[in-house]
Amino acid sequence: MKARDLLHLATESLARARMRSLMMLIAMAIGVASVVVLTSLGEGARRYVTGEFRALGTDLLIVLPGRSETTGIQPGMFAGETPRDLTLGDAGALLRLPDVERIAPLVIGSAPVSAGELSREVPVIGTNSDFLTIRNLRMAQGDFLPPGELDRDMAVCVIGSKVRRELFPRGDALGQAVRVGERRFRVIGILGDSGRAIGFDLQELVLVPVSAAQQLFNTESLFRILVQSRDRDAMPRVQQAVRATLMQRHQGEEDVTVITQDAVLATFDRIFTALTLTLAGIASISLAVAGILIMNVMLVAVSQRTAEVGLLKALGARQAQITAIFLAEAILLSIAGAAVGLALGYAASWAIGRIYPSLPVGAPVWAVLMAVGIAVASGVVFGLLPARRAARLDPVTALSGRK
Amino acid sequence: MASRPSAADRKQVQMIDLRAVSRHFQVGEQLVKALDDVSLAFAAGDYVSIMGPSGSGKSTLLNVIGLLDRPTSGGYVLDGRDTTGMSDDELAAMRSRKIGFIFQSFHLVPRMTAFENIELPMVLASVPPAERRLRVDKVLTDLNLTDRAHHRPDQLSGGQRQRVAIARAMIMEPTVLLADEPTGNLDHVSGADVLKSLEALNARGLLLLVVTHDDEVAARARRHVRMRDGKVVIDQRTAPEAAPP
Repeated sequence: MKARDLLHLATESLARARMRSLMMLIAMAIGVASVVVLTSLGEGARRYVTGEFRALGTDLLIVLPGRSETTGIQPGMFAGETPRDLTLGDAGALLRLPDVERIAPLVIGSAPVSAGELSREVPVIGTNSDFLTIRNLRMAQGDFLPPGELDRDMAVCVIGSKVRRELFPRGDALGQAVRVGERRFRVIGILGDSGRAIGFDLQELVLVPVSAAQQLFNTESLFRILVQSRDRDAMPRVQQAVRATLMQRHQGEEDVTVITQDAVLATFDRIFTALTLTLAGIASISLAVAGILIMNVMLVAVSQRTAEVGLLKALGARQAQITAIFLAEAILLSIAGAAVGLALGYAASWAIGRIYPSLPVGAPVWAVLMAVGIAVASGVVFGLLPARRAARLDPVTALSGRK
Repeated sequence: MASRPSAADRKQVQMIDLRAVSRHFQVGEQLVKALDDVSLAFAAGDYVSIMGPSGSGKSTLLNVIGLLDRPTSGGYVLDGRDTTGMSDDELAAMRSRKIGFIFQSFHLVPRMTAFENIELPMVLASVPPAERRLRVDKVLTDLNLTDRAHHRPDQLSGGQRQRVAIARAMIMEPTVLLADEPTGNLDHVSGADVLKSLEALNARGLLLLVVTHDDEVAARARRHVRMRDGKVVIDQRTAPEAAPP
């Protein structure tokens, strides 16, 4: 029997048993579509998070006090020594390194902020003018913190839009005075809502010069220093130089942790890839269910068509040919179901993308290939049993229509 | 025909040769002997009726001859080839090339047109499409069915359906035509039509075996086999083996 004839026989019988074919097609389509939709959601989440991190800059190093990269016991622990703080001096030294474009020291705390009668507790970040560029922040109104020496204490601040609304419900905030903790600051700018600062709501934030924050929270030490290199290629050199410089400044002790944005990115990437895999696995269950449904419906089809099988045998069909005819039907259905499922899945993903524009949905290629592969494979596997049952029917009883 | 063939020669031209064939079924506790030690031989081109009450074994006989059923014991030589011990696929190949079936209930595939039903045995035998078309067209012309080629069975009359089935049975140019109650579901006129078509094929040299309940149908054959309880009780010739010239 020729492949073209086989295909013709299979499509013809599927087309005639419209309801049955439709049911199986829908089952398979739902299976494939759910794999596509779920994995594209997982992939969307992964891309969103990694995108956020990448937007923070892959040319960024984060320096934090204390050594947490390596495990083991540090000698200082026994001496009761705590790691040395990161200071503004360290930050200044890093800025002077070659290939370092800009740095932003960070002091973070929380303080009551008030204007007139109104007051509330708000996260306060002490930093410098370069923070604006490093974090891709946008100003809604006014200016960001002015450039200048790191240790220059100025009584100016930048506030988030929500803080502005709450402290200055009517009227302009620019130029007005706010009290942060015990100190008074003049509002020189209002943050726009776009830009990235993971872990903080940009609308609910007060930014002050770093030395002002140090006084406010009565601390010499920095929470972090963000270091931006001139370009990505310079990253390893910069990382090396940052380590060496800080080690030198800390009496030969390597007591800081330098992490790259890439390392963080890779971690999140792994987490979300695992998430997507899990979703794919869950969705695959529906594919298996669809496969079992195909098997059931094919078994019914075989018993409905015993007389036809008997006839085919009388006309000289070999067992392998009868197996092939029924198997071709199951496989064709699976392929058609997979195609419909892909279309549905992509349509749904597209719709989700339209509803949540910030979520970069898109099914990963491996998931699509896997879904189609499993669909076709389940057509083969679950179609085989009914097909073989048909092929093994006794021609005499089959012709008489008995089962 | 110059001379009568000798007995030895006639042995050579037996198309079907059943030797002490038995077919037993176990039904519950009871052993049913559907065929009980039957020895029969049919020559190529003969026209044979097989009659007998229900359960006499005539259908089983037809199934065994048609290679749909295997004898429990005994031997069966079809066109010089011993079919005992053949694999299922070898039997399928023999059916494809040697045997055409006509059923009481036609057994047309309902979703296929007349053309496709007739074509089906050639599809299974991997005959190229162009040749299939030629052969089907010719058979349709022979059976006066050309204008029904693209009708499905439910759009055909009973007589037309059976003629489509005959076309399908002969499309592979078999040497044996097995008809099981071919007129059983037809009115008198269509029945006569169908018999004429079958007899035309017989006239072209096909061995025609007709199982029937109808004495009138049976009377048209040249040799008459009567069965009872799995045994041949009468085997009678009313006309010479080959059709008179």
